[in-house]
Amino acid sequence: MPAKPSNFASTGRSRRGEPFVWLTAAGLAIGVLLTVGLLGLVVTKGLESFWPGRIEVWKVDREGTLETVAGYVVQERSRRAMDGSAHEEIQIFRGNGELYGEKFLYVDQAQIQETQQPEDLALIERLEGGLVIGRIQSIQLHDGATVEGTSSDFRKQLTQRIREASDRRDQLEDIEKDRIGRNAKEVKELRLKEKLSGTSPEITARLEALQTEFAQLDEQRTEIRQELEADHLVVESIDGRPLSLPVGELLHVFRPNEVGFFGRIGEMLRRIGSFLISDPREANTEGGVYPAIFGTVVMTLVMSLFVTPFGVIAAIYLREYAKQGPLVRAVRISVNNLAGVPSIVFGVFGLAFFIYFVGGVVDDWFFPTSEEPVFKSGGILWASLTLALLTVPVVIVATEEALAAVPRGVREAALACGASKWQAIQRVVLPASLPGILTGVILAMARGAGEVAPLMLVGVVKSAPDLPIDGTAPFIHAERQFMHLGFHIYDLGFQSPDSEAAKPMVFATTLLLITIVVVMNLSAIIIRNRLRKKYATSSF
Amino acid sequence: MPREDFIAVDHFSFFYGPKQALYGIDMRIPERQVTALIGPSGCGKSTLLRNMNRMNDLIDGVRHQGDIRLNGNSLYDPKVEVISLRKRVGMVFQKYNPFAKSIYENVVFSLRVAGRNRKKELDEVVERSLRSAALWDEVKDRLHDSAFGLSGGQQQRLCIARAIANQPEILLMDEPCAALDPTATLKIEALIRELKEQFTIVIVTHNMEQATRCSDRTAFLYMGRLIEYGPTLEVFENPKQEETEAYISGRFS
Repeated sequence: MPAKPSNFASTGRSRRGEPFVWLTAAGLAIGVLLTVGLLGLVVTKGLESFWPGRIEVWKVDREGTLETVAGYVVQERSRRAMDGSAHEEIQIFRGNGELYGEKFLYVDQAQIQETQQPEDLALIERLEGGLVIGRIQSIQLHDGATVEGTSSDFRKQLTQRIREASDRRDQLEDIEKDRIGRNAKEVKELRLKEKLSGTSPEITARLEALQTEFAQLDEQRTEIRQELEADHLVVESIDGRPLSLPVGELLHVFRPNEVGFFGRIGEMLRRIGSFLISDPREANTEGGVYPAIFGTVVMTLVMSLFVTPFGVIAAIYLREYAKQGPLVRAVRISVNNLAGVPSIVFGVFGLAFFIYFVGGVVDDWFFPTSEEPVFKSGGILWASLTLALLTVPVVIVATEEALAAVPRGVREAALACGASKWQAIQRVVLPASLPGILTGVILAMARGAGEVAPLMLVGVVKSAPDLPIDGTAPFIHAERQFMHLGFHIYDLGFQSPDSEAAKPMVFATTLLLITIVVVMNLSAIIIRNRLRKKYATSSF
Repeated sequence: MPREDFIAVDHFSFFYGPKQALYGIDMRIPERQVTALIGPSGCGKSTLLRNMNRMNDLIDGVRHQGDIRLNGNSLYDPKVEVISLRKRVGMVFQKYNPFAKSIYENVVFSLRVAGRNRKKELDEVVERSLRSAALWDEVKDRLHDSAFGLSGGQQQRLCIARAIANQPEILLMDEPCAALDPTATLKIEALIRELKEQFTIVIVTHNMEQATRCSDRTAFLYMGRLIEYGPTLEVFENPKQEETEAYISGRFS
């Protein structure tokens, strides 16, 4: 039976599709691809920087002399020589800065004679000087005795000594930062008092006591330092040159070629952990980023504490009380345009207004005796305020929209119950618009956490010795400079003396910053959804 | 003895900007009875209702002529505080609009905004109001759950409980069943018949049967004018005006 002819006209368009629909789809697809590509790059490169690869040993023939090189492949590249011949090269990280000078080396693949992965090669992390790659020979103790690398409990002893060294370093830090710092502060205060109101026997006695205490602390400090430098780990590099490393400076010893997959995963987790919780070393190119995480999170939270009430209050007046007219329209347009002002302009404003003006006044009133500026210099409080100013349009716009979305019936019901206008706003309209307001705060937080340019003017530094919140009174130091992940990325990638060595850190820090922004956003979204469930408006 | 002119509308005209919505309405609404306002869309019945608690004050550019008196007191006396007026006149809207709060907090809202926070008093008010709104048995075990968990009909009865919590003298209802299904509508109508024992009720409705089922008096408005006003049975069975007859027999709407 022949098929019944269709009664519907089949136009070319319906078969081919609307070209503009294709265009919109293509636009979205390109956007998604770019985002996924960027995130993919950051995630793979970031995680790769933690992954412990195998150490390889190459025998390289360099114009007749045979050289042995141990290290990791960093990247491969093709190079065209002067005579036009193509060369395939690999870039190798070989560490041992004090032996070779350069930690990186390019090797022509054609010159490689042989590749091996010997199991006994160790990767040694230390406080200063970068990674060491070599064979561990022995530990030389201060009393002249030697623990040979071949002895059965050598590894246990080494681990034990590294742990002891770590404890000693903690003690040293406690003495230097905490106790000597406190001592010096009290001496300074007493001297100032002496200068202002003349000397008294109590002050002299106290100063003497402090001096004795300082002498004791100094002695203890010297002693611990000597202990840290007493024992040495003897390592032989792959080309047979000896290295003597003070045990007090060692952080971790790992033999990547003898562990399996799960051993590597363990090492990777350890590296991620130490990245998250330790302080930076070697001009930020090694160690962790803990102070930067702390600074970023604290700054973002303080910023939201300022921006939320300010933005919400402004939006309530603008939407609910102000008489809608040309003036209010002008204010609204200005607020929207404020969101488009380059962020560095806010940085300049923050520097001029908050630091020089407000900070100057605060210093004059509350710290007239201080020799250095206290609040009249960049700090986390001023940075948070500057960012709050930068993000307040986001909150105002979102709050206005949320208020406008509250159904008229709900307002009328509140007024019909005898509520005043303010009571209706406070008890009914605001709770109903809370989810929308929180969306604005989330957007503001995301924007604030990723901002770098203005921060450079108002308190971010590449290395801050103290956190803005710590154990010394008054515990919250709003005037302190701080570290920030966004600035850290900029500093590592573009200001570091050894940008090649800093590259993995740049990716790892980028991954971390993105993760932190995502985590902060997610938690805010979860809170919002809870609220939405609680205050869900019926379907209007 | 209930007053015959509990609400007195005296030659009342109302304007939205240049547009006149009501033309010299004169009407006496008796105490503790149900008065229905009927008429086609845009005839001004909601406008009239919303003037009885000055809800129209919220709109920019409105003005009025004439007066409305509640129990002899003018609504538009400059000394009248709108907030205290609205405490004496409860209102229920077309679309149920509970607040994003618990059932309990919805009911006591008018007491809370008046600064009455004694728990014992609030508990009593909640039970009394919800019983009056025929909702107590359905919600007494979940008073502190969100009001949005209730069905549409229950939400509307909650809104009625909220409107009567502060014991107003008058209850205004603006098409209270427009958004409800027939079963819920019947329940609300039964409730209206009970509530007239305590309150003077003015109800706007589009539904002719509803007006016959639950009102004592009916006013027919057309194009901003009061065409006919009298006992419900009379208006429906024996309309004196041609427009009224045309409207109730469904010739226009």
